[in-house]
Amino acid sequence: MSDSPLISAPPADVLRVAGVSVSLSGRQLLDDVSFAVGPGEFTGLIGPNGAGKTTLIRVILGLQRTTAGSVEVAGQPHSRRGRSVGYVPQKILLDPDMPMRARDLVALGADGHRFGIPVPSRARKDAVAEMLHAVGAERFADTRVGLLSGGEQQRVLIAQALISRPRLLLLDEPLANLDLRSSQEIIGLLARIARQQQVAVLLSAHEMNPLLPVMDRVVYLAAGRAASGTSAEVIRGDVLSSLYGHHVDVLHIHGRILVVVGQGGEREDAEPEFAAVPVREAS
Amino acid sequence: MHQIYTRVFEPGFFASSPVHVAIVIGGIVAVVSAVTGVFTVMRGQSFGGHALGDVSAAGGSGALLAGFSPIAGFVGLGIVGAGVMDLIGVQRLRGRDLATGIVLGAAIGLSALFLYVDASSGATTGATQQILFGSIFTATSATISVVVILGALALGTVAVVCRPLLLATVSPDIAAARGVPIRLVGVAYMLALAVSVGLSSVATGAILSTALLIGPAAAALRLTRRMSWAVLAACLIGVAATWLGILLTYDSYYWGRSRQGLPVSFFIVAVVFVSYLLCGLVSRRAATRRATPAARPAAAGPDQVAA
Repeated sequence: MSDSPLISAPPADVLRVAGVSVSLSGRQLLDDVSFAVGPGEFTGLIGPNGAGKTTLIRVILGLQRTTAGSVEVAGQPHSRRGRSVGYVPQKILLDPDMPMRARDLVALGADGHRFGIPVPSRARKDAVAEMLHAVGAERFADTRVGLLSGGEQQRVLIAQALISRPRLLLLDEPLANLDLRSSQEIIGLLARIARQQQVAVLLSAHEMNPLLPVMDRVVYLAAGRAASGTSAEVIRGDVLSSLYGHHVDVLHIHGRILVVVGQGGEREDAEPEFAAVPVREAS
Repeated sequence: MHQIYTRVFEPGFFASSPVHVAIVIGGIVAVVSAVTGVFTVMRGQSFGGHALGDVSAAGGSGALLAGFSPIAGFVGLGIVGAGVMDLIGVQRLRGRDLATGIVLGAAIGLSALFLYVDASSGATTGATQQILFGSIFTATSATISVVVILGALALGTVAVVCRPLLLATVSPDIAAARGVPIRLVGVAYMLALAVSVGLSSVATGAILSTALLIGPAAAALRLTRRMSWAVLAACLIGVAATWLGILLTYDSYYWGRSRQGLPVSFFIVAVVFVSYLLCGLVSRRAATRRATPAARPAAAGPDQVAA
């Protein structure tokens, strides 16, 4: 986007997670998780179901208290991040017959936290239209949100999150319920947003292969512990084995990566990566 | 022409002072109910609204017993009920049915007790009818000012919290992450709901207050894709139904030979129900008209980005 903010100061980390641990009623959900994300970086938060991805996202949002460690967003340690974080939840709770158009939801992203009746203004309308354009949602801007397909809803939710011009965009399993084509489109859209608007993108997924071409960084979560780095650094047998606490094989087959988790003591998904998809050529 | 006019507006309709009071109170109550009703339907809390109606019934009958005006009981106990529902967990989606059910049961039990004592004490004849099914024609002009103040309070509250409330309805996590005090907003809305249900208890009775709350809102939501239009349409439908109900009630006095009017709450609820059906017909016809020329294209973004 042409009016993206110029960053004159040296690019500090947008997100810094340091030694975060969370335990809930005796269960250790996150154990000493540390990583950092720079401006405009695309980071995949990868791991099997139950590894703690959603907990970590809630910690970053300030919705989940930590037992140890700290989280800084754009240098600010506040528990409620407000405008510097845009958040895209996995799903929204809205029936198809509820009167909220896609553009209304995007507008709520701009001022939904404010009290009082909204005053319609030209600037507000233009900002909404610009965001709808940026995510390619103009065609269904006037459709009720509840009637949109999963991929369309994701686009609208992304626009809703971006309109407050956040430094960090957090997405909780945005590809979970999408078909292959929609998920490729959403990934491409997010990669473009990260690059053009210098917004750091952190998205959680249990399937990493579609993300491999665009990820600058992987944060791999297993059993509450994390390893981070480039995918070449992290997705390796020895790294993942020490993360899982038992032997793990990483297989490269036809450009896909399969993580084969053996019979460990703890319950893991037996085949977290077998639904692998061919990786497209990186552009 | 004149004959039709006198058939529609039976003699004395516009001169009757109980009718004047009923028109004013009914109009205000309809608007307040319609506005809060749209949010109630959006949030999926119709059942909660109904439970607050039952709490109102307990409050109204209790107030009669204690010698207060029923409206004090309708609204007062309704607010307490809303508070209890919040404490039990109405703000959590899963706790909602439970909180509502418990409060509803307790309220109906209390109403049974109070109405029994009311009826057997003899001093307050017709208490059951008045509390459960409304008494808009016996309201005095002194009631008007109370209704205006409480109505303004409920509408003002909804106006203040409307945006955070909508955001929290769409996604509590987005709202919380944006710093919206979700619990506070939820409580404010429940209080507005309690006041609005208490007010409509005056018009249609505590049991039927749900009809005025949910009916116009549900009808309006069938008509429009926009929130603001839905609120407006719900107000129009609610006011129209209430006034038409009042007119029909007045006219019903002249229908039979017995010179006995029929209950106003029946007519209001009947008109609300019919308008709900009509709105459904209108929206279905509009939908088929939209769908025939060009079905909505399959889900695909315009920008096919290869990763």
